[in-house]
Amino acid sequence: MSEKSAGALAAPLPDKQFPTPKISAPRMPRGTLYRGREGMWSWVLHRITGVAIFFFLLVHILDTSLVRLSPEAYNAVIDQYKTPIMGLGEAGLVAAIGFHALNGLRIILIDFWSVGTKHQRLMFWIAVGVWAVLMAGFLPRQLMHIFGGA
Amino acid sequence: MTATIETPRSPRTVQKSRVNFEKWGWIYMRASGVVLVVLIFGHLFVNLVAGVGVKAIDFGFVGGKLSQPFWQIWDTLLLWLALIHGSNGMRTIVNDYASNPVVRRILNVALLASAVLLILLGTLVIYTFDPCPAGSPAELLPSLCKNR
Ligand code: HEM
Repeated sequence: MSEKSAGALAAPLPDKQFPTPKISAPRMPRGTLYRGREGMWSWVLHRITGVAIFFFLLVHILDTSLVRLSPEAYNAVIDQYKTPIMGLGEAGLVAAIGFHALNGLRIILIDFWSVGTKHQRLMFWIAVGVWAVLMAGFLPRQLMHIFGGA
Repeated sequence: MTATIETPRSPRTVQKSRVNFEKWGWIYMRASGVVLVVLIFGHLFVNLVAGVGVKAIDFGFVGGKLSQPFWQIWDTLLLWLALIHGSNGMRTIVNDYASNPVVRRILNVALLASAVLLILLGTLVIYTFDPCPAGSPAELLPSLCKNR
């Protein structure tokens, strides 16, 4: 290689007409396609709701099993659930399982539907939308039951 | 004892088990998920939304439901599918976070034991329970009972 061709690779002289654009470092990490976005948060929520429902299910099987023991035993335990605090906890559980179920269907569509991965972000927001509609139908009824006195 | 050492480039000859359990677990999570959506939404609707909600749940209500074959089968499916789905999901999470092999083993065995125990308990309760136990106060029993 000659001196001349090596020189062509050196930095060009400053150009007044087309100045080199300045690119400043981002102030916050920009993340990726996944990190910090719908994909990651749907996973986080799916995992947390799955664990919560699992532990509830363990207790729920045990309390329901009391029907085998006696009507009094079952009613005594179930009556503990009929308080405002338990009612709110119950609403939280319904919210959790509602999200887990709808996002679970989204996961299944991502896995089996040919264009599922392409639409995963849209499907996340559809799941959130359907969840909001279901909760809007359920919550007033639940709150009436808890606080309505009837 | 002599051990045969293969040449470094020879293909893997480990005898793989014929059934790929992880694959079937993966398929199970999805298949059970679809069925669970129907079972759980139906369960929540009938118990919490229709009628007067949680307030209506007592022995009479549950006894009335569990004396019908339809709800016996519904609840049995719910019990088996949900508990196996949940335990297998928890196994995934344990395998993700428990890096110590001993801790991982203990947690996974605990998951298996609790799933087996609760499935047996729940199934037994559904099929051996008496909606009209003799000698119980009549006002606690479901309306179908003769001793009410
Ligand atoms: C309502 C219907 C449900 C649907 C559609 C559903 C769907 C799913 C799907 C698709 C997965 C992902 C599996 C994978 O990534 O391989 C999953 C994971 C999981 N599910 Fe469900 N599920 C449902 C109900 C439940 C219930 C009732 C429980 C608890 C007893 C539960 C607990 C879990 C757990 C703990 C995981 C693991 C989460 C993780 O790996 O991050 N799910 N579910």
